[in-house]
Amino acid sequence: MPKDRLHELAALLPPERWLTRPEQLAAYESDGLTAYRKRPVAVAIPESTDEVVELVRACHRAGIGFVARGSGTSLSGGSLPVEGGVVIALNRLNRILKLDPVQRIAVVEPGVVNSQVTQAAAPHGLLYAPDPSSQSICTIGGNVAFNSGGAHCLKYGMTANHVLGLRAVLATGECVSWGGRSRESVGPDWCGLFTGNEGLFGIALEITLQLLPKPERYHTVLAGYRTLDQAGDAVAAIVASGMLPGALEIMDALALQAASAAVHAEYPPGCEAVLIVELEGPRESVECDRLRLDAILAASQPIEMRPARDAEERLAIWKGRKSAFSAVGRLSPDFLVQDGVVPRRRLGEALRRIVEMSREAGLRCANVFHAGDGNLHPLILFDGRQPGALERAEALAGRILRMCVEMGGSITGEHGIGVEKRDFLPDMFRPEEIDCLKRIRSAFDPLEIANPGKMFPGPEAPALSRPGLHPLEAAGVISRE
Amino acid sequence: MNATAAFCPATVDEVVEAVRAAPRVIPIGARTKPRLSAVDAQAISTRRLTGWVEYEPSEYTFTALAGTPIREIREVLAERGQHLPFDPPWSESGATLGGTVAAGCSGPGRFRFGGVRDFILGVRFVDGAGRVLRMGGKVVKNAAGFDLPKFFVGSLGRWGVLVELTFKVFPRPDATRTLDLGVEGFADAMQVLGEMSVNRWEPQAMELLPCGHRLLLRLAGPEGSLQPLADEILRRWPGQILDPQQASALWSDLAEFRWAHPDGVLLKVPLTPDLVPALARVIEGAGDVRMQIGAGGNVAYLSSGSDTSSAALLSGLRELGLVGLALRGQGPLWWGDRPVTGVESALRQALAADDRFPELDA
Ligand SMILES: Cc1cc2nc3c(=O)[nH]c(=O)nc-3n(C[C@H](O)[C@H](O)[C@H](O)COP(=O)(O)OP(=O)(O)OC[C@H]3O[C@@H](n4cnc5c(N)ncnc54)[C@H](O)[C@@H]3O)c2cc1C
Repeated sequence: MPKDRLHELAALLPPERWLTRPEQLAAYESDGLTAYRKRPVAVAIPESTDEVVELVRACHRAGIGFVARGSGTSLSGGSLPVEGGVVIALNRLNRILKLDPVQRIAVVEPGVVNSQVTQAAAPHGLLYAPDPSSQSICTIGGNVAFNSGGAHCLKYGMTANHVLGLRAVLATGECVSWGGRSRESVGPDWCGLFTGNEGLFGIALEITLQLLPKPERYHTVLAGYRTLDQAGDAVAAIVASGMLPGALEIMDALALQAASAAVHAEYPPGCEAVLIVELEGPRESVECDRLRLDAILAASQPIEMRPARDAEERLAIWKGRKSAFSAVGRLSPDFLVQDGVVPRRRLGEALRRIVEMSREAGLRCANVFHAGDGNLHPLILFDGRQPGALERAEALAGRILRMCVEMGGSITGEHGIGVEKRDFLPDMFRPEEIDCLKRIRSAFDPLEIANPGKMFPGPEAPALSRPGLHPLEAAGVISRE
Repeated sequence: MNATAAFCPATVDEVVEAVRAAPRVIPIGARTKPRLSAVDAQAISTRRLTGWVEYEPSEYTFTALAGTPIREIREVLAERGQHLPFDPPWSESGATLGGTVAAGCSGPGRFRFGGVRDFILGVRFVDGAGRVLRMGGKVVKNAAGFDLPKFFVGSLGRWGVLVELTFKVFPRPDATRTLDLGVEGFADAMQVLGEMSVNRWEPQAMELLPCGHRLLLRLAGPEGSLQPLADEILRRWPGQILDPQQASALWSDLAEFRWAHPDGVLLKVPLTPDLVPALARVIEGAGDVRMQIGAGGNVAYLSSGSDTSSAALLSGLRELGLVGLALRGQGPLWWGDRPVTGVESALRQALAADDRFPELDA
């Protein structure tokens, strides 16, 4: 990267917010997918949206690649630095600009952390629905870029379903403003198209989010089963009953073992799978549904049923669930998380095949999944110090993803394609469809400077390095779902 | 406009041929929102492009061809205890699935769980170059590729011909209750809506009837839960529970826009509840304009009966910084200043829509 081309960018910020020394850059070399690393040429730390706009325009003029970065928790390499490019770190744009309890909206800067929105809304009896497991650390900008999900997607959808308005600077330097404060709109849904762009269109500067009334009552049950199949059958029975639970989650034996070790969660002894069901709503309707749910669960022959008796017990159930993945780090030096989706009716079959494929590969695989969405998170355990282990783990991950596509599902439910799954895009889309996606990308970014090397299969292979826990995971700050 | 007869392809291949056969085309459904397609272009009707492709109730998803009438979809879903919670409008008038998406029209039920955009999962469409492309997915959750399905919501047939759509559905609630609350005009109604929106009752729909004095509220859930909720609301505000027949007649009147001037202009104007009182003053001054406020104060439907009232309405909307889309009647498609961006024309080129489909402003 010629220094003079960077010069114009460097001049936009004071030196303490333009990082170029190797020790300063080290923290930005990778994201939640630690298997990949790349050192950026520089890291820019803007403090205002105007600075972001100027940086992007300067990148456009100089043809320099950039990647926006929130908290760097992407699990697919979304915020991995780009070859010869700069990182635009958005954490200092962290103001909630407006929280309007009457219109039930929050207007936030992109660096605002997901759970801060929830916290700010709570005193007004409101809720920001999307709740990724990384919610205590990931940013709304990152959530928008990845259309992030969480444990309550079946009922409430993903991030895109909660974005009402967006102000953004596109990779061309154009500033746009789409949608607004209303829940209704006219004309094509630009906010919908922008959400989930994986950082390939530009940078979101201001996001208007819808807030919902916080459910009056929750009823959360944990049920332990002798087999995974039984847990799966219980999910099918609940779905067939016509109830619409807020969450339907399953953890398998290995995930349970990890969670018990990590957060001292106690699960019914002898169970191979645990199902978590959460009902929510006005107390009268939760009471009615609860009776039906109890009957369905009783008929599903669990070893034990544990309804949360109070808010504390509910949180404990969720803590075990949400920590399961980082907890797996205790069972194995390294692991890969996958994010495939299968039609819900084929969950049981998918899980059986994952077990078989893991056995064939000689690897252990833990499973935690959003059963209500058919969204699997197989966690492949391996030891990166053993020669060839990472490659075997990746091969297994690939087989699992292809199985998801064959079953009519998707290679990603919420973690995005990023750099990790770009070679699998052709499994989901035909060449002319990939071509269409590329043309859409060029409309937003003709120079291909916004997060290049992601989403689309390409020649430049980023450097693989040793995977492991995200530094914040290792510190127990976040957990992975 | 649309002087020649519409092409009526019965297969996707025939849609491709139709797109290629004329320099400028516009897809049409049942024309329940005729202003949207009243442009100078060869019409391609989806009338014969109907039917189910897949419906797996246990997946909460279905895929159907774009010309399939909403009414049929509702009936089949209802047989399996499911529904599209956003109450797609004009179903009795024959509205199609594709038209509903392209028009971006949702009904009262959009208040609780969102509108068309929140339930669409996948599209198959023919672009301006005649390519048949599939975007999105067929499962309830999918993050692969850009979310073109959402973009097609409100695309007004100007970005491609939708041929097949995949939707997420929900189980139909066991029971519903419609409450008819008396309010003293638009400002008072917005106060009630405000309080209702943050309360524990979780209504599915909240609509203010055109008279401005009746607020319709729909509660839904297990049968046993609704009476106590309704009683509590009726202790707070004056009103009554409507009997099911009365209720369904009122909801149907709303969904079919029977309150609107039959030949007048009908506008959809997104807004927020705080702007409703000001808009109500515009309406009063404009003369022959009727207004219905939907989605808990997030949309106004305006029906103007004469040219003079239309002119007053347009200037009023401009003053308030609001933008309306004309669904029916004469006059411009956009009322007020639609924001235009540079990327819009770039994206039209990308989908070869720029030389095949009419401008968004036409
Ligand atoms: C322990 C753990 C648990 C997780 N659990 C979940 C989960 O339950 N559900 C889920 O969906 N995901 C989950 N994730 C993935 C991750 O947290 C999400 O993808 C999250 O949205 C990323 O946010 P971030 O702020 O860290 O973004 P980053 O990783 O910094 O960036 C992600 C992408 O967003 C782009 N980006 C960031 N800010 C902007 C902006 N303002 N404008 C445009 N593009 C921008 C970046 O370029 C990058 O491509 C988890 C990750 C970890 C490590």
